[in-house]
Formats: sequence, structure tokens, C-alpha cells
Amino acid sequence: MTDPILSARDVRVTFDIRPRSAMPWTPSQKLKAVSGVSFDLMAGQTLGIVGESGCGKSTLARALIRLVPAESGQVVWMGQNLLDLSTSDMRRVRSDIQMIFQDPLASLNPRMTIGQIVEEPLITHHPEMSKPDRVARVRETLDRVGILPNMINRYPHEFSGGQCQRIGIARALILKPKLIICDEPVSALDVSIQAQVVNLLKELQAEMGLSLIFIAHDLSIVKHISDHVMVLYLGNMVELSSSADLYATPRHPYTQTLISSVPVADPRYVKPEVDKIVNNDLPSPINPPSGCVFRTRCAHATDLCSQTKPPVDDLGQGHLVACHHWKTVPSLGS
Amino acid sequence: MQNAILTQTETAVRGRSQWADARARFLKNKAAMVSLYLLAALILFAIFGGQLSRFTIDEIDWQMLGMIAELGGPSVENGHYFGVDELGRDLYARTLLGLQISLMVGIIGAVVAAIFGTLYGAVSGYIGGQTDSIMMRTVDILTSVPFFFIIIMLLVVFGQSILMIFIGIGLTNWLGMARVVRGQTLSLKNKEFVEAARALGVPTLTIIRRHIVPNLIGVVVVYTSLLVPQMILLESTISFLGLGVQEPQTSLGLLISEGTSTMQYGTFWQLGYPLAFFMLVLFCFYYIGDGLRDALDPKDR
Ligand code: SF4
Repeated sequence: MTDPILSARDVRVTFDIRPRSAMPWTPSQKLKAVSGVSFDLMAGQTLGIVGESGCGKSTLARALIRLVPAESGQVVWMGQNLLDLSTSDMRRVRSDIQMIFQDPLASLNPRMTIGQIVEEPLITHHPEMSKPDRVARVRETLDRVGILPNMINRYPHEFSGGQCQRIGIARALILKPKLIICDEPVSALDVSIQAQVVNLLKELQAEMGLSLIFIAHDLSIVKHISDHVMVLYLGNMVELSSSADLYATPRHPYTQTLISSVPVADPRYVKPEVDKIVNNDLPSPINPPSGCVFRTRCAHATDLCSQTKPPVDDLGQGHLVACHHWKTVPSLGS
Repeated sequence: MQNAILTQTETAVRGRSQWADARARFLKNKAAMVSLYLLAALILFAIFGGQLSRFTIDEIDWQMLGMIAELGGPSVENGHYFGVDELGRDLYARTLLGLQISLMVGIIGAVVAAIFGTLYGAVSGYIGGQTDSIMMRTVDILTSVPFFFIIIMLLVVFGQSILMIFIGIGLTNWLGMARVVRGQTLSLKNKEFVEAARALGVPTLTIIRRHIVPNLIGVVVVYTSLLVPQMILLESTISFLGLGVQEPQTSLGLLISEGTSTMQYGTFWQLGYPLAFFMLVLFCFYYIGDGLRDALDPKDR
């Protein structure tokens, strides 16, 4: 098998939380946003990352490209650890890794025309290009994502959310990157637009051999686009497997509740009985539960779960689960 | 496909920037537009009105002395368009000078406060962390010192001069500006478009220049325009107390103060003319500031 294009090893991100009224000498609290996540991404494939809001999925994505500092771990991109690179070396890597954001309008500077916005990556990374060449590239790229190139002098607020997201995609695309990190790219859009944007991303991926990291808070969108899916809970990876496996045989109790909560458009379909989440509040990441982080809401929790953190077990074919009792938890639908 | 793209070059649609939108909204605001024209007229008057004056500011019209209440009223024949003050000096020339000084104090003071406050606030907000805490605590402490005390100290220590008034007023009013700008910078720093620029590898200084500053200008302009009348009022208060501009120089505040003290002799014009100009200037700036805020406020997009 070929080497992964990106592999993360035990990435940890911790934030210092300091209330405004705190005295300078009081120790700050630690918020463990991401506590030890590892995964591999193959060239041309898509990794979906799923979890509730506040589970650290956006933070993980930002830590990969050093938008937030990682506390420890490794992010190996084509043989080099991004977390060790100097700022100028990192700048060169940035032209290969691009990002698409959740709020399409907020990710575009309101004072710049969309032409200027899409051109900015070229100015930053190819200052030697002439202005007409750059404009031609901008038009070509806008055309590719379905924005009329004669809109080049318009401003972001003159476009709809879906169009803004296409402009964001054009900006990510113009440098012909190898990886695009999509941070909930469709969750702010209307359902009818969501499918269009996801399809556009899929087309572009096939055309350009892109790798994608696709973050979402519900499983149904991720299913269509991902080769592998990772489920995060409170900064911990709870399950990672190929997309087909994950939907067919989810083993972690949390993944099971997530899958059973996806609405199904078939009136004859009877949902399999899944143990409901016991307690609906997400525990605070400042003070996470001991042992298994999911135990406060897990119907299968035992004493063991509160004492030790479950190891990551490999069920074969890269299906990873972090649960003490995955063997005895009844599987979905069987 | 290449051709299709090239032929569209000519027909590129011009977009409407937020500035264009804001201008359109401002132009529709009647009160603000009237104020703008009025203010322009006032400024022109302050600059060129002196051409009409037949007297200098400290020339005493001896014929009037002793009979100011009877003879000193406004009249076109004797050249005292606004009458004379209780020393027999031409009130037209003096009101004009007061207008000039008040406008200057207001505008220069506001600009000084705006520049200093913007720099301070933007640096504090963008650097963040401990530096931000220290810089903002300093502002909090300075805010709690009564500004009148500072101004009076300055005037007493360095002597009364217009320059000291500029410095004193500017120094005590940048604090609010710094707070506003810092807040705005903080929220801009966390906006996704700034994050997008960082993800692209755009250098920090370029981010500040290209993404932060253009988005701060709206707030700074609005706040500065609202600061001008505050400055004028402050200067008037100081002059009213006798600590501001010195004779024979004058400001609207000083003229009003003198006018009030001679009201009992029936020389109402001595209060009326300076007061009318004073109110006009204040109203103009308030309405313009208000209009700018309505036009530029990013919230009602
Ligand atoms: S380790 Fe225990 S608490 Fe955690 S998911 Fe498994 S059964 Fe539930």
C-alpha cells in the first residue's frame, strides 16, 4: 500500500481558559479540545470527521495546518512534520493545503471584490505572475465552480450563501492544492444547496485527484462523500473505519446513537432499537469524565469504564473502536 | 472555453462595494445631507467671512462706549453686523474667530484622539493575550481619573495656550476610541476571512493592512464624527470656566460666557449670535455622525 499523504499521530490541543476577572497569578484552566487523535489520509481519498458541536473537530482541522497551536503530536505531510516546520517552510506547504469554512459569507472579506478574494492566493504564492495571467486564472477558476466570470467585480454580500461557498471553493482551488480541509462547508446552507456543493466537491476531487478532509456534525452528508469516517467525542476518537463499515456495523455506542438519529425517508423503515443516550448534556471539556469520556451518557457503562480509558482496538480492515465493551454491545440492526 | 472567458472581459459587471451602499444610504438621509451642506457653508463662512468684516477682533469702537445697549446692536450701516460686545469690539469679527477656533479644536482634537486611539486599540486587539490585558487595564485606570483635573493641571503647568487645549482634549478622549477599536479588532481577528488569509499563508502585516484596517475604517469614521461635537463642548466648558483661550483670542464658548454675563443690560445679541453658531455646529456634527453611523453600521446590512 502507498504511503498516506497526511498522517496525524496523537495530536493534542489544549487551550488555556482564563476568566476575565481572574487575577494574574491564578493558574488558568486547561481545556482539552483534542486529546490524542491519530489518522491516515490516502491521496485522492476523503476522510469524514463527525461529532457534535464542541467535540473538537474544527479545532483538530485547524491544528493540522497550524491555525491553532497543537500541544504535542505529529502531523506528517508528504514526509515532513508540519508541526516542526519554520514559518517560511510552512508558508510553502500552505499552497498545497487549502481550507473551506463553515460560514460562507463570513469567510469572504466584505471590502474586497470576489475577483480580489480569489486572486489573493495567487498574489501570495505566485508574486511573479503578471496581472492579466492572474485575472485569466481567476476567471477560469470561477467558471469551474459555477460562478459567471463577469461577476468578478462584485462584492460578497451580493451573492447567496451557496454562491459564496462556491467562491470560497474557487479561492481554495486556484492554487491547485493537493488537500482541501472542508470545515462544515454545507451546514450553513439550505438543504437543496447542500447537495449541489457536495457534488461540486466530489467532481473536483475526481477531476484533480484532491484529497479531502470533510467535517460535519451529522453523518448523512458525510456518508456520500467519505471513504473513511472518524467519529469524535469530546476531543477523543471513538471510532474510525471505512465509510461502508461504519454505517453497516457501527460498534461504538456513541456511533450507534448518531446513526440511529439520522432520519430515513422511508415510511416502511422501522428503526432498530438503540439504547438512548442516557443524559443529554455534553460534559465540559474543561473537566472531562474519568476513564471513557462517553461514560456519562453511555447505556453500557460499567465500573471499568470510569476507571480506565478504553484502548483503541483494531477489528480488522482498519476499523478502530475505543470502547471496553464493543464485543458485548449489541450491533445495530442485527 | 478560454475564448468564452475572454469575451466576457468587456462585460464584467461592476459590483456595489459596501462603501457605495453606505454612500447611497447617507445621500438618502435628509437630516444628514442638510447638515452636511450647512456645515460646508459654516466652514466656508469661517474661512472667507473675514473679507466682509470692517473691523479687526480687538479694535474698540469708541463711539459706542457707554451706550452699547442703545447703539451697539446689530446694524448694517455702521458695519457691526452682529453688534459689538461690552468693550465695543466688533462681534461679527469675534464670532467668526470663535467659530474658527471651535471648529479647529473640535476637528483637530477628534483627529488626534482618533489616530492615537485607533493605533492603540488595534495593536492591543491584534496582539491579544497578556499585552492586551495590560494595555486595557491602563485604559481603565486612565478613564477613572477625572479628565477635567488632567486638563486643568496641564493648563496650569504648561500655561494656557491653544496647543495645550488640543493636547489636553485629545489626550483625554482617545480612551473611548481605543476601547471601540480594540473590540472591533478582536471580533475581526476571529472572523473566518482573517482565518482564511492566515491559512493561505498571507503575512501578518499584510493581513492587518488588507483585511483588518479596511474593516475598521467605518467604526473609526463614525466615532470620530461623533467625537467632534464632544470636543467643541469640552473646549467651551473649559473656556466658560476661564481656563481656555485667552483674550483677545476667543472661542464660541468664551463668547457665550461673556454674553451670558451681560444679559441683564439687554444686549441679547451678545449671547444670541455666538450661541446660534454654536448650536448650528453641534447639530450639524451630531446629524452627520448619526447619518454616518446609520450608513456604515454593518449590523443593518
Ligand atoms: S467504554 Fe464503557 S462507557 Fe465508554 S462507550 Fe464503551 S461501554 Fe460506554
